[in-house]
Parts: sequence; structure tokens; C-alpha cells
Amino acid sequence: MGMFQIFDVAGQGMSAQTVRLNTTASNMANASSVSSSIDKTYRARNPVFATVLNNEAEADVAFDDSDYQSAGVQVLGIVESNKALQTKYEPEHPMANEEGYIFLPNVNMIHEMANMISASRTYQMNVQIMNTTKQLMQETIRLGR
Amino acid sequence: MLSELQQMFSLHENMLNIRSRRAEIIASNLVNADTPGYKAKDIDFKRVIDNMSDEAGMLTTTAARHISDGNDMSDGEEMLLYRIPNQASLDGNTVDTQIENAQFTENTMHYIASLRFLDGKIKSTLAAIKGE
Repeated sequence: MGMFQIFDVAGQGMSAQTVRLNTTASNMANASSVSSSIDKTYRARNPVFATVLNNEAEADVAFDDSDYQSAGVQVLGIVESNKALQTKYEPEHPMANEEGYIFLPNVNMIHEMANMISASRTYQMNVQIMNTTKQLMQETIRLGR
Repeated sequence: MLSELQQMFSLHENMLNIRSRRAEIIASNLVNADTPGYKAKDIDFKRVIDNMSDEAGMLTTTAARHISDGNDMSDGEEMLLYRIPNQASLDGNTVDTQIENAQFTENTMHYIASLRFLDGKIKSTLAAIKGE
């Protein structure tokens, strides 16, 4: 049954976008968590999306050569950005190291804001797809009444 | 009698099937709008119609000199086609959210149209059976 797959696909999209929104939120929240060593400093995190090919739908009259697959999305993993950390010379800072430097995360606020808006738009779109599909299915069920 | 009824409904039934499949594919495209390297796809409608033309009671040609209904597609062509993007993106993704959204809406309207046709047929058949 074709239409039920859409719920899976849109649902996967919503969960992937939620992960993206989550990492964006943690990036922004940690944008100013200062530390005294390079290793301990927070690094911007970003999810890596990958396509999931769902199982081939059952054979259909109109689709006899069914090379057709619907494609969802999944989060393969979360990678830390390897952009250079910001270093600041602030000897008075309580977190400063022996040489008087502090390290700031490599979070780019503009980047994060753009990411956040993109994620929320895509999420909304997935909700819309689900809604439309639901309405279509309801109408189909009502057929002939 | 039963097969006649079936034939009556089969065109729109098939259309609904295709439309729901297409909705699925476009939904897949939209969901993968942020996946690097994903290529947007769509159904080759002409080919699908061609495949189902036998059951739907459309024009079928049985001899070489018969007039064709314009649906002859050469064999071996893929059912799923890749969309050609208007603008290339760096990560190789070819999903244009606006176009996909428009296609999804269009597909939805076609689905509803087929539903209405089918509904009308069911209702008129019912009326004929009841004889009211």
C-alpha cells in the first residue's frame, strides 16, 4: 500500500531534522563555553544525512518492472567540525592557561542560525506532507459514501 | 458483469495507484532535500500509462498499420527518471524544494480528481442498481 510509506518517509525526515535542530541548539548553547586547553574545547557538531532505500514495494499492475523504491533519510552520525578554534589572549580570565590563552569553540552563529531555519522549514514541510497524505487517505476511505 | 464493473473502475483505480506512488517518490525527494548527493527522481508517466493501457480499455494496437494512440515508448526505458536541476549544488543534491512542493501539490490535486471521478462512478452505478 503506497500511501502508508509516505508516513514512514516523512517521519524519518522529521526525526532527522530534529537531530539537526538538537545539534544546532547545543552548538549555540556552547558558543561561549571557554576552556583552557584545545582538547577540552567544545567543537561544533553537525549531523550527516544519508538516504535510506526502503524495501521495494510489492508488484503492481501499472508497475510491472518495479525498480521503484521510496527513499527515506537517516542520520549516519554526528561529526565534529575540525575548523580551527578561536584563541584569545586573556591572562585575567579564570580559565586561561599558563601562557594566558583561552580557547573558544569553533561555532559560527550565522551558520547555526541558517541551519536552524533550514531545519525548521524542512520539518514543517514534512508535517505538511503527512497532513496532505492523511487527508487523501481519509477521502479514499470515504469513497462511495 | 463483475469484470465489466471492474473494467469500469480500473482506469481510475490505476490512476490512484500511480498518483499515490508518485506522491511517495516526491515525498522521498522532499525528505532528502538536505542529503548530500541525493538525486531527485520522478515517475515517467507516459510509460506507466502505456503499461496499464491494456487493462484500462484504452486504445491498443494489434497490427502494425493500426493508428497508434501516441503512447508508444521504446522498451528498456527506465520508469524512474532523474530530474535535471536548474542550479547545481556543491554537495551533488538535485532536490529543488520549490519544484518538488509544486509537483506534490499538483499530484495531490490529480489524486483528488481521480477520487471524485471514481466516487461519481460508484454513486451512479449504485443508483442504477437500486433503480430509484
